[in-house]
Amino acid sequence: MNAQPVPPPHSLLAELTHRCPLQCPYCSNPLELTKKSSELSTDAWKQVLSQAARLGVIHVHFSGGEPTARKDITELMAHARDAGLYTNLITSGVLMNEGRLDALLDAGLDHLQLSIQDLESPNADRIGGYQGGHEKKLALAREVRARGAALTINAVVHRQNVENVAAIIDLAVELDAGRLEVAHVQYYGWALKNRAALIPTREQLDKATAVVKEAIERLKGKLVIDYVVPDYYARFPKPCMGGWGRVGICVTPSGKALPCHAAETITHLTFDNVQEKSLQDIWQTSQAFQAYRGFDWMEEPCKSCERREVDWGGCRCQAFAFAGRAEATDPACSKSELHGRLHELAETESGQEPPPFEYRRIGAA
Amino acid sequence: MNDAPKVDEESVPAFVRGVRLHNDEARDQWVLLAPERMLKLDGIAVEILKRVDGELDLGAIVDDLCTTFKAERGQVLTDCSAFLQQLVDRRMVTI
Ligand code: SF4
Ligand code: SF4
Repeated sequence: MNAQPVPPPHSLLAELTHRCPLQCPYCSNPLELTKKSSELSTDAWKQVLSQAARLGVIHVHFSGGEPTARKDITELMAHARDAGLYTNLITSGVLMNEGRLDALLDAGLDHLQLSIQDLESPNADRIGGYQGGHEKKLALAREVRARGAALTINAVVHRQNVENVAAIIDLAVELDAGRLEVAHVQYYGWALKNRAALIPTREQLDKATAVVKEAIERLKGKLVIDYVVPDYYARFPKPCMGGWGRVGICVTPSGKALPCHAAETITHLTFDNVQEKSLQDIWQTSQAFQAYRGFDWMEEPCKSCERREVDWGGCRCQAFAFAGRAEATDPACSKSELHGRLHELAETESGQEPPPFEYRRIGAA
Repeated sequence: MNDAPKVDEESVPAFVRGVRLHNDEARDQWVLLAPERMLKLDGIAVEILKRVDGELDLGAIVDDLCTTFKAERGQVLTDCSAFLQQLVDRRMVTI
């Protein structure tokens, strides 16, 4: 089946650490968080970055947890840039100060992506589980723009903040961000655990979508807005990862190479570690990457569906979580027999009082 | 309608910080890199963008392209303006 070499990936998601001062209840990290003592060394990460660039990766996304919780972040940034990669830092911003920002920019940081939890402090800090976080974020955003550097604001929205979407867009304009990501929560990891507290009502979703659509057109040339919808209400699934093992590779804090950051939830997959194999080798031959690459693994209705190259059958992790089999059609698809159940769940849960958050903490799952 | 500035001959295009030209050697393809974006460039686009330095105005870029490629000026100007306008709309280039 795979006699042809696999075309190289475009992006590397480098999850440097699971440590994070925030405790967002929708964090996409796994419930089993990696401890500091099991993290890859600086040299191991440098090797991964060099191998990625040689393999054909263009964008590296430094993420976590909070990537700046690693003391070597500046060193890794410089290494990535020297290797020819376009560098993106996905940060909560609360561990940054002007000195660190300057050091990162000097090292070659191309783009900083800053998360916010809501429009204003009290609720934003409550959601992130970190007092004073929101004000620090706003201050950092201004420092980034004062230096003319590329800034994305990333706003994760859900039932407890989605009403503020219009004002969040205004805030991004006021902060002079070049790009805003309005991302509805995706239900993996901690978010799945907190789904009943987070899932929006249909009405909330439709309203937010209309607001964002209008703003995209109005703000052309001023602010680029990317919108990620929650697939529980969708008719077709998202093209998860742009296709399994097709465009991206994710490396966890302990060095496991994954086809998608949630892939570890599929319990029968075996993941190779970058300490034992080169990224090139993993990309071409690793069992986990081969498992759902292309179409050969598909079943009906995906196998003969005209959308199979549009959405690649949706998300394997969601299929596994709901159908118990990763080969199944993503239940977010209207052609899945489980689709009705997904809708029902969304409607029931979003119509109830939200339960208290189970905050993301090492050892709390 | 939107309020993005409009490109004309006097516009001086420059890359926004965080946007850069890159030769993707693994795929033998020039690309324009931007936050979460990557545009594949054809030969003409690369020639235009190699001349974007924040100093030359569009008129001068067009003149240079016409001399180098012996092309008709009106057409080159129309094509360059349309191409750069797209990048301005996407906030990759300022004028
Ligand atoms: S989602 Fe929140 S808790 Fe998770 S890594 Fe990002 S900032 Fe930290
Ligand atoms: S049947 Fe499969 S390929 Fe077709 S739209 Fe649904 S998930 Fe996508």
